[in-house]
Amino acid sequence: MSTPAELLQRWLTERASRENCDWLQAQLDKVLRANSDRDLHITLGMIPRKFGRDDLSLTADELAAAHAARPNWNPADWSIDTAARILVLCRLAERGEEQFGATFTDLSRSADLAESIALYSGVPLYPAGDALDEQIGEGLRTNMRAVFEAIAHHNPYPAENFSENRWNHMVLKALFIDSTLAPIQGLDDRANAELATILCDYAHERWAAGRPVTPELWRCVGPFATGPMIDDLARVIDNGTELERQAALLALAASSDPAAREIVGKFPETGEAIANGSLTWDSLTAAVD
Amino acid sequence: MYIDPHAHMISRTTDDYQAMAASGVVAVIEPAFWVGQPRTHVGTYIDYLSAIIGFERFRAGQFGIRHYCTVGLNSKEANNEALAEAVMDILPRFALKEGVVAIGEIGYDEQTELEDRYFRQQLDLAKELDLPVMIHTPHRDKKRGTTRSMDVCEEHGMDPTKIVVDHNNEETVREVLDRGYWAAFSIYPSTKMGNERMVDILAEYGAERIMVDSACDWGISEPLGVAKTARLALERGIPQEQVNMVCYANALAAYGQSGQMSEDDWLNPPPIDQRTVYEGNSILRGGRDPVVEDHAVSRNANKLIIE
Repeated sequence: MSTPAELLQRWLTERASRENCDWLQAQLDKVLRANSDRDLHITLGMIPRKFGRDDLSLTADELAAAHAARPNWNPADWSIDTAARILVLCRLAERGEEQFGATFTDLSRSADLAESIALYSGVPLYPAGDALDEQIGEGLRTNMRAVFEAIAHHNPYPAENFSENRWNHMVLKALFIDSTLAPIQGLDDRANAELATILCDYAHERWAAGRPVTPELWRCVGPFATGPMIDDLARVIDNGTELERQAALLALAASSDPAAREIVGKFPETGEAIANGSLTWDSLTAAVD
Repeated sequence: MYIDPHAHMISRTTDDYQAMAASGVVAVIEPAFWVGQPRTHVGTYIDYLSAIIGFERFRAGQFGIRHYCTVGLNSKEANNEALAEAVMDILPRFALKEGVVAIGEIGYDEQTELEDRYFRQQLDLAKELDLPVMIHTPHRDKKRGTTRSMDVCEEHGMDPTKIVVDHNNEETVREVLDRGYWAAFSIYPSTKMGNERMVDILAEYGAERIMVDSACDWGISEPLGVAKTARLALERGIPQEQVNMVCYANALAAYGQSGQMSEDDWLNPPPIDQRTVYEGNSILRGGRDPVVEDHAVSRNANKLIIE
């Protein structure tokens, strides 16, 4: 089976000119041999000029190979320059975790937007370490939605590595900046009672301000819904749009509280759609988009 | 469509971005500059440059404006030798970032020896990296400072067609154009150009190699300088074609030589940008006609409701 770096190399070879692939190989040799920061910066800076910024547009087979090489690795939205930059990072990682962590921090601190997106999109492929983890925390604090989403969306790293506190704040921030939850990997597995409480508080804040509450929010509440949370969901059913009602019923269906089951029982049609799998969070979020 | 090829957006508000977008501005160039008081550590320089290549570019994209920048050590801070040396060390790291269209704004302030040294070193860097240069001409002793800037460029074998000499006035424009450089004018109230004077210059010199910018910053300045000058020029009989050159096409031609700025960026942006950093421009989406009056709306204290 291929490693992620081998796959990246192959995808680039199939999409870019021979000349540019040879250039990248020569630069990589130079960066690794000379251990030169200047060459590293020039290489990363030149990549979009050489390779362009088109979508990588991987085939279903290629995406399956990605998943096989690194479980849950999903480069479906990557651009070609992102792939080339992450290949460089993967090769740097061969120098060992400690040196890699310092380099990653340094690169992140002076990265432009596209570089930031590349650096953080690649985190599931790098050697885990404290410096990397700290810098990812820094990345989450960004004001730039695209950079936040490079970490939060289609990325297995958060579900595998984040503490409960960091996970919960990532989910909350996604809502706060009008991002979406569905592309967060492990959203259902990492749901927890604390997060459910935080999200219900957040929904109350939004209601108090007269602002809408995205139906996706209830997905992380459902499995832990009891008492007042069930009242909140009942309120959504009473006052919400059709999509919001469906979301509230999906959430209630995930609760083991008898009060939740009782409410779902009053909506046999939607309950049936949930039971037979025709109404799911995926179908609901597809309808929201 | 307009381009403002000199705008320090890091010092401006979201109202300004909205007003600029509504007036038809599709792209801005943010030159690295002096921030109003001296930086004393290279670390603040690094964070500043990171901000203009990162967050400011993102911020502009939210308003449908594409943001580019220039990087360089400005002439005032060139006089702090320790800082200047450290900044020269980190400049190559930033010069190849996405959207960096020139080394600039560089040149002279008081025309000191240190200013001269770092101006020359940065010209060499621009030449090595094949980047255009944006020259800041001095506020004081401007005419001689402008001449000297061009003399030094030529000593370093620079190609005038890759150099924009900025902050021109009636006294400097003739020589700058005659020597083959791009001549930029900053429509900046009180201290630089007014737009009526600008229109007179266009009537006299035509539009070739001339461009207009606002140089808006933390001072009392006008982010609609380009749009207002375009409108005034049209009202006073400057042909549409020439207005288009000085308020759009010439800036694109000059800074586009970096390979980092192309019309496609706003007319046909790459899918990755559309997904991540650029919200699109309402004017280009066939929204409304360019307006310059909207500026006052959100500042109107009689509009009481904030949602």
